Amino acid sequence: MPPEAQPAESNALLPVVPFLKIPEGADPYLEGSRCQNCGAVFIGERDNCSSCGARDQMETIQLSNKGELYVFSIVFRSFPGIEVPYVSAIVDLEGGGTVKGNLINVDPDPEKIQMGMPVELVYKTAPRKDAEGNEYLTYYFQPRS
Amino acid sequence: MSDVYIIGIDMIKFGRFPETSVPKLGATAAHMALDDAGVSIQDCQALYSGNLGQAAAMVGQRILAEIGQTGVPVVNCANACATGATAFREGWMSIKAGIYDMVLCVGTEQMGKGLLGGAGGGKGIPTEGLLGSGTMPAVFAEAGMEHQRKYGTTFEQFAKVSVKNHHHSTMNPKAMYQIETPLETVMGAEMISYPNTKLMCSVNVDGAAAAVICSEEKARELGKMDRAVKVRASVMSSDPYQERNLQMPDVNSCTQVAAKAAYEMAGIGPDDLDLVELHDCFATAEILHYGNLGLGKQEDAGRMIDEGETSLGGRIPVNVSGGLLSKGHPLGATGIANLYEVSTHLRNEAGERQVEGARFGLTHVIGLGSACAIHILEKAS
Repeated sequence: MPPEAQPAESNALLPVVPFLKIPEGADPYLEGSRCQNCGAVFIGERDNCSSCGARDQMETIQLSNKGELYVFSIVFRSFPGIEVPYVSAIVDLEGGGTVKGNLINVDPDPEKIQMGMPVELVYKTAPRKDAEGNEYLTYYFQPRS
Repeated sequence: MSDVYIIGIDMIKFGRFPETSVPKLGATAAHMALDDAGVSIQDCQALYSGNLGQAAAMVGQRILAEIGQTGVPVVNCANACATGATAFREGWMSIKAGIYDMVLCVGTEQMGKGLLGGAGGGKGIPTEGLLGSGTMPAVFAEAGMEHQRKYGTTFEQFAKVSVKNHHHSTMNPKAMYQIETPLETVMGAEMISYPNTKLMCSVNVDGAAAAVICSEEKARELGKMDRAVKVRASVMSSDPYQERNLQMPDVNSCTQVAAKAAYEMAGIGPDDLDLVELHDCFATAEILHYGNLGLGKQEDAGRMIDEGETSLGGRIPVNVSGGLLSKGHPLGATGIANLYEVSTHLRNEAGERQVEGARFGLTHVIGLGSACAIHILEKAS
């Protein structure tokens, strides 16, 4: 193969985490697993159920892009180079699954953020690249009316 | 099975000692505990050593290289913030099982400054600040916000935990800090992760603590019963499945599981306790554990701190040592240092901060991820 022949997907966005799926010609989504024995829902792929211990009973599911803010913290001090403040949020998705992420398009003010409020996932290019210069697709939560 | 007694226990004053080494810190505490017991390293049949930062570096053997290489078995433990308590419990089990009749348990840590935790790492891009925060202040802030959501606990009530524990530490010469922090100072300090301000985060310090434990027969033979402390319960748990705990570490259910088992093993209930040293790695965490340990109802935790029920002189004093918030939190040493605090009260040797007439005390630590260890101690009769 000639050295100049770069694979076409080299310009494509990579998923920020393995459970963010970027299907060709369709919208990105988060993938989860549901235990067919006890119904527990997990983020991402897994082999066994940590709720009931069942083996090989996991079915792959597409998680909802809608959910409810369970709890949050407003982070004012993080590691060097991390832009603050930001809202770290735990969101319960409709139909099962709990995800952690940044809540955007809200004031970083505890009075302005209601636990229980409806939120939705949005997918954007992450503002960071890896050492090789690859770009990543990430998800955020934002308020949903 | 024999009952197990603490016959010697001590801790170094917590602080920052960058010029020394982990084994030297451990050796100092080991000598103090051996002296407190009036025995020597030659009397100990095994060493159980807890350290997190150098978990792969044979810290226990290096402690013996400082104080006496007697050839005894050494077990090195790492279990996050439950590391010291895990080492102690391994020693307790060896005596309970009748394998040994006297062992030494040491917990040691040397720490840098700054935030612990953080999400991501490995391949790809760092996810800290992109997919929320994995820093410890944020994780425990979120755990506190869950309590607020369920029971209406306020920022001010969380802050009062720090006011209390910093006040307690003014009476503890072995604490990192001895300074009063009024409510407005705590609430007005730099916000790290709402609702935890800087004064609501435990202090990263260097420290070491050690205990000599033995069988009842040995304690009687050596004539040590007058200052001995009986281990009425030693329990550990990991976090049982909860629907959110893979995204949101859960310090509640493992504490509830361990507390229930500890009260059963001790044959007493929370109302029988005279003092508690619990894992206040952040001010928010202390509030959660009032309910988790059965010191009150979950919904009453805010009221308990408002009304001073958990202050020295209150119904059930909590963290009279100053707690991790003010005494400091050297990860591997914490789980033995809290046993030292409770033992000191049961021996009626706590000076200005003495809980009068203390007979039963409970210690609790959580290693996030999670390991919970609870011990219930009783004044020997």
